[in-house]
Amino acid sequence: MIDVNEKIANKHGLSVDEYNQIIKLIGKKPNLTELGIFSAMWNEHCSYKSSKKWLKTLPTKNIRVIQGPGENAGVVDIDDNDVVVFKIESHNHPSFIEPYQGAATGVGGILRDIFTMGARPIASLNSLRFGSTDHAKTKYLLNGVVSGIAGYGNCVGVPTVGGEIEFDSCYNGNILVNAMNIGIAKKNKVFYSVASGVNNPVVYVGSKTGRDGIHGASMASQEFDEDSESKKPTVQVGDPFSEKLLLEACLELMETNSIVSIQDMGAAGLTSSSVEMASKGNVGIEINLDNVPCRESGMTPYEIMLSESQERMLIVLREGREKVCKNIFKKWDLDFSIIGKLTNTQKLTLKSNNITVCDLPISALSHEAPEYDRKWNKSIPEAEIDYENKISDYNLQDLIEKVISHPNQANKSWVWEQYDHMVMCDTINMPGGDASIIRIHDSNKAIAASVDCVPRYCKSSPYWGGMQAVCESFRNLCSVGAKPLAITNCLNFGNPEKPEIMGQFVETINGISEACKILDYPVVSGNVSLYNETKGIGINPTPVIGGVGLIKDLNKISDYKFKNYDNLVYVIGKTNGHLGQSILCYDILHLKKGPPPKIKLEDELLHGKFLIEMIKKGLIEASHDISSGGIILSILEMCMSSKLGVNLSIKKSNFELIKYLFAEDQSRYVVEIKNENQSILEEEMKKQCIVFKKIGNTIREKLIFINDKYKFDLNNLIELNNRWFKNYSKN
Amino acid sequence: MKVNIIVFPGSNCDRDIKVALERFQIKCKMIWHGETILPKSDLVVLPGGFSYGDYLRCGSMASKSIIMKEVIKHASYGGLVLGVCNGFQILTESGLLPGSLLRNHNLKFICKHVNLIVKNNKTQFTNCYAKLDKITIPIAHNEGNYYADKNTLRVLEDNDQIVFQYCDENYIINNQGNPNGSSLNIAGVINKNKNVLGMMPHPERSVENFLNKDDGINFFESLLK
Repeated sequence: MIDVNEKIANKHGLSVDEYNQIIKLIGKKPNLTELGIFSAMWNEHCSYKSSKKWLKTLPTKNIRVIQGPGENAGVVDIDDNDVVVFKIESHNHPSFIEPYQGAATGVGGILRDIFTMGARPIASLNSLRFGSTDHAKTKYLLNGVVSGIAGYGNCVGVPTVGGEIEFDSCYNGNILVNAMNIGIAKKNKVFYSVASGVNNPVVYVGSKTGRDGIHGASMASQEFDEDSESKKPTVQVGDPFSEKLLLEACLELMETNSIVSIQDMGAAGLTSSSVEMASKGNVGIEINLDNVPCRESGMTPYEIMLSESQERMLIVLREGREKVCKNIFKKWDLDFSIIGKLTNTQKLTLKSNNITVCDLPISALSHEAPEYDRKWNKSIPEAEIDYENKISDYNLQDLIEKVISHPNQANKSWVWEQYDHMVMCDTINMPGGDASIIRIHDSNKAIAASVDCVPRYCKSSPYWGGMQAVCESFRNLCSVGAKPLAITNCLNFGNPEKPEIMGQFVETINGISEACKILDYPVVSGNVSLYNETKGIGINPTPVIGGVGLIKDLNKISDYKFKNYDNLVYVIGKTNGHLGQSILCYDILHLKKGPPPKIKLEDELLHGKFLIEMIKKGLIEASHDISSGGIILSILEMCMSSKLGVNLSIKKSNFELIKYLFAEDQSRYVVEIKNENQSILEEEMKKQCIVFKKIGNTIREKLIFINDKYKFDLNNLIELNNRWFKNYSKN
Repeated sequence: MKVNIIVFPGSNCDRDIKVALERFQIKCKMIWHGETILPKSDLVVLPGGFSYGDYLRCGSMASKSIIMKEVIKHASYGGLVLGVCNGFQILTESGLLPGSLLRNHNLKFICKHVNLIVKNNKTQFTNCYAKLDKITIPIAHNEGNYYADKNTLRVLEDNDQIVFQYCDENYIINNQGNPNGSSLNIAGVINKNKNVLGMMPHPERSVENFLNKDDGINFFESLLK
């Protein structure tokens, strides 16, 4: 066996200091297998060594939270003995190297996190970011990622109900693929990964172990360089068919009262699953590697422990339940093997050919992993810009047409029509709206979900950007009438060893925390993806927020489609005309400086609660949040989805009008109401001190009028909105 | 009416069709693909999904599974058989229906509502629709491009075996309304004896008004008439 030294440790992504710390902790020089195991557990992806200190500051509790961060997924009470289980996870690095398999296994991994907890997955969402549309690799990556998500999710039979896609040159060298999944379980039937009971058998189920994905987690903890192509072998290969069998087999086993604890083999495979289970239960674990089902012969202990082959689970069974378990997995044509047992040694002991090949204290691999308080710099706030002389020359008509035809605002049906968004027959609304609504099977209750982030805000001001991401997800849930429950976050950043990047991370967390606190919208699960850099160029900070809300009565929901002509159109919330970091400035006019909008969290809460209440009372015909693109984009989306026109009357002209329509001030909604409800709504808003403005009415003609001065043909706008994806292959 | 729903490894619309059938008070039994005995029933359903992962040709592995011998027997005695999506692929692979289902012509999975014409409303599956009824039902497949040679297509037309055809939003049968490249815009065909139907659209996804589409109701009502 190769003699381990500093150089080899370095190749494993461990610094000299870390290597020396290992020797100190275990009192010996590790052998190669042991070193590999340390590298898998101590890398950024598994150990959260740069982020842990700050993650601890996030609000993670409220009256409904049953399980916060630290498990495979978060668990939140939704009454009637039901719980919702959800999490988001990144698969950025592998998806850039091999888009189809990278994205597919991202979906597979997050599905397993959910059904490991005893929940049946009921909905997938994803948040995708690609480089600029004219970058040579963008279309190849987009096509690969979308078909990978489709190929995996469709086959398993879990609907992909929503998501977001954005193009920005900052992702040219590092795309982001964040996959979220939501499952439903019974409150008294949730499974955890805490191992217990010395001598209880440790069981391996699912697919066989192969040589794919070795060092995947370490790869995802480094920057890319010219050689990233050569890292293809670190990308795992997905088998959604096995996943479907594994899902059904696990849920069947969970009905039999046989499981003590269960954990999927995700990043760092057998290593992290066994160590994490043992560590949480404060026990030892002994594994005979000869019993691990392998795809090929001659695999070394090192390879077996570091493989990231997919569709595998590790289970601690109650003693005596082996046969029950075996029969279920045999029925589903999956491997089942007793590979070890729990011990009282608090050690990870691995045997191969009757030789002990690894003998390490669990604590050294887990609790005692390094935790860094990395240096961070405060970000410098960007100065306000005088936009008037830069914008006044533009024609409103022209700007509206440019915004609507930009790929970032384009109709994304090209994407979501590749996803089976209806299987399981509980999808209540089509993708493309504010939040997706998924019914709890066989009930009149539903879950709403949305994924959100505006990275350009976060780049300019991580604090306000982090806060805004939480607020936008909150707003999207309120828009459909759902009570926001909790969030999961996927924090995508550059290299944390650079103080300015670490500063972005810290300030983003602070912004998120503040919003979660005031909105009573805690973080229950999440994932951190650092080192999203190529040759020293990092991405914009992208803290993606996955929000989940509860709808108690499916008859009291709303959507963004206008319902009828001659109804009134209102803006709820104050429009100050904030243009910094707006779509208009950033994507259309390429004015990328300036601060993002600030948020008054008290208003966010008040407006959201008010809207939910009005939807419940049946006073709202349609509702849509105002986000990127401002009032005008929200209204155009409401027109395009319903094929109804609108007549807007706004007493402003030229620059002031452009400012009013495109400003991205926060905490606002557009609503459509019936004439007969006007006074009751206005009175209620006055009573609650909510700023509002009537800006027009819906019309039967497929036309959009602004102040009788501008006239748009709706069909023409729809055509422009569809153009980019429609011409995808020709672009 | 009694129904057996065959569950293959990888089936994923088995629960959906069961729930839909039960809405119409139709009793369903789930039958595992490895069973050798098929309980007596009026209708056998082969549900949608990805049987055996569809890693070989779609439906070809499932068409060779143990229970399929019993399904073929059931059909030969005149029992009703319905294959939806992957079920349709299994029916063509097992020879119970003519033709085959190729990859969609745009090479992508397509999930969306499509417009259909009910070409034949005189079957046990469609008798509650009007002749040439215009309906909207979702599809969700990667291989739904129905292909058969010219002679077979002529026979299908002559025998009134074409049950559903894709059409555009004005319900005209043309290329624009053909989502996947199917010959003659065929979305569903029935055998000569009119007891075995295969269709790519999912009627079970169209029995509630949530997505404002419930044109599948008449499909299930027809079974009971």
